[in-house]
Amino acid sequence: MRTFNFAAEGEALNPLVPHTSELVVGAIAFTLLFLVLRKAVVPMFEKAFAARTEAIEGGIKKAEEAQLDAQRALAQYTEQLSSAQGEASRLRDDARVQGAAILEELRTKAQEEAARITAAAHASIEAERQQAVTSLRNEVGALAVELASKIVGEALDDQARQSRIVERFIEDLEKSK
Amino acid sequence: MINLQLSGDGFVPPSTNDFNLPPIFESIEWLTKPVLLVFLSVILVSLFFVVSARKAAVVPSKLQFAGETVYAFVRNDLARDVIGPEFMRFVPYLFTLFTFVLTNNIFGIVPFLQFPAMSHVAFPYVLAAFSFFVFHYVGIRKQGLLKYLKEIAFMPGVPKPVYILLTPIEIATFFLVRPLTLSLRLFANMFAGHLLLLVFILGGEYMLSDPNLLMKILSPFAFTFGIALTFFEFMVQCLQAYIFTLLTALYIAGALADEH
Repeated sequence: MRTFNFAAEGEALNPLVPHTSELVVGAIAFTLLFLVLRKAVVPMFEKAFAARTEAIEGGIKKAEEAQLDAQRALAQYTEQLSSAQGEASRLRDDARVQGAAILEELRTKAQEEAARITAAAHASIEAERQQAVTSLRNEVGALAVELASKIVGEALDDQARQSRIVERFIEDLEKSK
Repeated sequence: MINLQLSGDGFVPPSTNDFNLPPIFESIEWLTKPVLLVFLSVILVSLFFVVSARKAAVVPSKLQFAGETVYAFVRNDLARDVIGPEFMRFVPYLFTLFTFVLTNNIFGIVPFLQFPAMSHVAFPYVLAAFSFFVFHYVGIRKQGLLKYLKEIAFMPGVPKPVYILLTPIEIATFFLVRPLTLSLRLFANMFAGHLLLLVFILGGEYMLSDPNLLMKILSPFAFTFGIALTFFEFMVQCLQAYIFTLLTALYIAGALADEH
């Protein structure tokens, strides 16, 4: 390398004095590099950074949305469940009420039926008794008259007189009771 | 150093002249190695990032991830954290600055290339001039020319007599010290680093070719040191690219702030 020394024969060059050509070259080279990097590199890297940020933020947003959906579904499910439970308990109550009503109705009907049967029985008993009394009264009258006529020896042909005697006789019977 | 003295005469230590490389073709005087390297860096950086950014996929490939990592470092750790909400406007510039300086610096230790273009002061001058222009332009656009200059010359909230001292310092800082330190820091680091590597590698080479056996035996130490320094240089090269970009971002942030 030393063999190429330019200034070997002359005095040393001052290293602080710039070469004019190098000033020009430096300026051109730097400007060129600046233009290339500004045009083709910085925007591309910025685009990549922005896309990355967006991808990350988009992912977060998507996850949040999914979570929100899940919460909404859960709320809906819970609501359905509780409404179903409410429905079931309502049905149960209804059934209980209806059962009680039916029971009450049946009981009322049975009581009515019983009352009706009792009343009918009473009526028939009364009627029979009445009938018995009437027939008894007739028979007793005839027997008594027959007996009396036999005893007295006197025929009581007259119907009206016969009837009066029987009435009086029965009244006497009732009074004597 | 003792070893070098043992040999007496013969060894010519590397000097600033080692940085003045001849044109590659005799007829084209401006086409020297650093010029070629600078153009190579433009091609390599463009190619790498254009290819890695081409798909802009949400799930990046390895190549895209590599490009993105560098880009995200400049965008988030340098531009956004330093400049604040308006950072996006400056990302292309800072990104170019960082990758350009870093690549050219690293050329200093890449086999066969092995020359940091930034050790030629013209390139740091140009970059510092760009940064100088950018941050003043931002300040003037933001606050208006007069208000911007007034804020520089007469920092608000300072007792009046202090201005006698402060005003010259502030003006010198903004218009002289900042661009100069920006460019010279980068230049000097690359220059010194390259010189250091030359000393050890060329010294080792010289020792190996010396007829004295002791010198031959000791020459691996020089090479070993040269290799160790190469790693050190790699760190310095990355650091200088970072510092250059960071300071530019800080200057822009200062120009954007209402009061500095």
